[in-house]
Amino acid sequence: MAPLESATAAETAAVPKGAPQLKDELDIVIPTIRNLDFLEMWRPFFEPYHLIIVQDGDPSKTIKVPDGFDYELYNRNDINRILGPKASCISFKDSACRCFGYMVSKKKYIFTIDDDCFVAKDPSGKPHNALEQHIKNLLSPSTPFFFNTLYDPFREGADFVRGYPFSLREGVPTAVSHGLWLNIPDYDAPTQLVKPLEKNTRFVDMVLTIPKGTLFPMCGMNLAFDRELIGPAMYFGLMGDGQPIGRYDDMWAGWCTKVICDHLGLGVKTGLPYIFHSKASNPFVNLKKEYKGIFWQEEIIPFFQAVSLPKECTSVQKCYIELSKLVKEKLSKVDPYFDNLADAMVTWIEAWDELNQPGASAEADGKAK
Amino acid sequence: MNQDDIKDSDIDIVIGALQPDLTSFLNEWRPVFSRFHLIIVKDPDLKEQLNIPEGFDHHVYTKPDIEKAVGASSTILFSGYSCRYFGYLVSKKKYIISIDDDCLPARDNEGNLVDPVAQHITNLTTPATPFFFNTLYDPFRVGADFVRGYPFSLRSGVTCALSCGLWLNLADYDAPTQALKPQQRNSQYVDLIMTVPARALLPVSGINIAFEREMVGPALFPALRLAREGKLRWETIEDIWSGMCAKVICDHLGLGVKTGLPYVWRSDKGDPIESLKKEWQGVKLMEEVVPFFQSVRLPRTATTTEDCVAEMAKSVRERLGSVDPVFNHAADAMLQWVKLWKSVGSGSSTPGGA
Repeated sequence: MAPLESATAAETAAVPKGAPQLKDELDIVIPTIRNLDFLEMWRPFFEPYHLIIVQDGDPSKTIKVPDGFDYELYNRNDINRILGPKASCISFKDSACRCFGYMVSKKKYIFTIDDDCFVAKDPSGKPHNALEQHIKNLLSPSTPFFFNTLYDPFREGADFVRGYPFSLREGVPTAVSHGLWLNIPDYDAPTQLVKPLEKNTRFVDMVLTIPKGTLFPMCGMNLAFDRELIGPAMYFGLMGDGQPIGRYDDMWAGWCTKVICDHLGLGVKTGLPYIFHSKASNPFVNLKKEYKGIFWQEEIIPFFQAVSLPKECTSVQKCYIELSKLVKEKLSKVDPYFDNLADAMVTWIEAWDELNQPGASAEADGKAK
Repeated sequence: MNQDDIKDSDIDIVIGALQPDLTSFLNEWRPVFSRFHLIIVKDPDLKEQLNIPEGFDHHVYTKPDIEKAVGASSTILFSGYSCRYFGYLVSKKKYIISIDDDCLPARDNEGNLVDPVAQHITNLTTPATPFFFNTLYDPFRVGADFVRGYPFSLRSGVTCALSCGLWLNLADYDAPTQALKPQQRNSQYVDLIMTVPARALLPVSGINIAFEREMVGPALFPALRLAREGKLRWETIEDIWSGMCAKVICDHLGLGVKTGLPYVWRSDKGDPIESLKKEWQGVKLMEEVVPFFQSVRLPRTATTTEDCVAEMAKSVRERLGSVDPVFNHAADAMLQWVKLWKSVGSGSSTPGGA
């Protein structure tokens, strides 16, 4: 078995590459507060694609991007300028700000990755092209209505098993591809404190569709989605500066997204690809950010499990606005934060629709290269 | 129950013998099976004597034993693949593991021989987590845990009552699929165990299965019999039918179902195209069956597995009886199974599956 390490730039460069799929249809969104040297390790896989960099924190800082990458960059000043008062829905001093990148993108697909994630190696030692796998996941159907015991039936070498109804074998469009992490796993603070040394060494060579009606914790570290199918649901909430909670941005987006995907008959996949997560964040810092979430999620989960969207909600935006009403109605009593969050959810949809009107051009000029 | 508390004598290995010569099968499995008691049930349609090698603690049941226990004109036919259910009926152990007689030990990605008994027991003695999906799969595996965002109140999990294993080489495909891809073999050993989420339905294959006998035994029955059922898995559907009943019942009683490891290596057997030539009733029936299972609801008053099966039989008769007579027959067989379980079987399940 290959040792647990990320691939070097040379190893990744040596991987034979086909033509980059969806080159002009996919944006890579990266939130950051520091230089993006990590992109050097991803260069052979990422270089053909356009990047949207969302710079969090101090806007006067210059973010260095390695040469050769085509990108647009937005800092807080840009966000305020473009959204005006609606910028209040975009978090500050938290990677949740990345969802601004989803909003301004003009592409069909988004891949988002954290800047402490590197190229993983599969069990044979070969560098694992995470973006290529996400694309495969998104371009093949999902099967949420019946569980296939050989997992993704559309994978090479697999198929539907005996007993799988033929009428369900066409599947549904895949809206989300949720990838995983080798090395530092995505644990919460209490688990990190109890198991500070645990690493995820298990490369499980598998993709599956999360069944309809089942919720999951969506991690934003290694995530791709079809922006046209589900983009407006990918709001990462109010986190960070001035907010009572952090590290629940992707969770919130994931619960909203899954409920809406289930309602609209769209699929969510999880499993491959893996990235190599190099940095363990400070568990004490994490605990302070998360601790309210740990209590609140006990109320939030039953809320999402019980949500029933009316059949008149035929678009993602309509579903999302309806959800925001339910959040205000049912979760405000947990904490006034949810009242603010419900308002921010509405603001987000208004901003999304403004920026994404057919024919509207984004007031982009981020510092593009 | 802690895995360390499980004794070899808590386990029965049930083998349905559809072929007379079990010598090579049992010799290949000797390193794994020799510690355990085997219940070998001979297909009543098999004319030849069974050939069983030395050195196994085993009990063989044949057609006369079956007829004596259930009566010669039983609604339930314990023939072909259904013969193994008789083994479930007569076992007195806590756990049953059942593997088809054309399967051999598999090897994992490191080349080590897989012990499916040990893995099934691990699956059954660690909690299942059906109410929320863990993206690192079974959180009770060494080296894994619950991920960020997993509610703490759901982390103790529920009892796992059913463990569904998988197959390398000849996968459990249906005949059309295998006929379309005659060379396709499953070579992917996926190092994964996971809980099948509550309310998610799956096709439970009988080829490699293990369960807590008292909790799930009453819900695994040979009830759905195809008109031209045959001696190849392609020509049967009884395990798929009872497996879905079992999943709905487990969901209702708050019990867990796991899938994934262990793998067995399934030998090449049969010709899918020949199987296809028979009228392929199973595929058509599944189209009726799935919407039924997706919507069936069991009453709160059904708190034991036996009660759940009886209620399920009622629903089957009401909602599927008019679709095809095979379902009326299945409903009858399910009720007879519950009766047999109570009379021939050694004990009923405790309420709530606890």
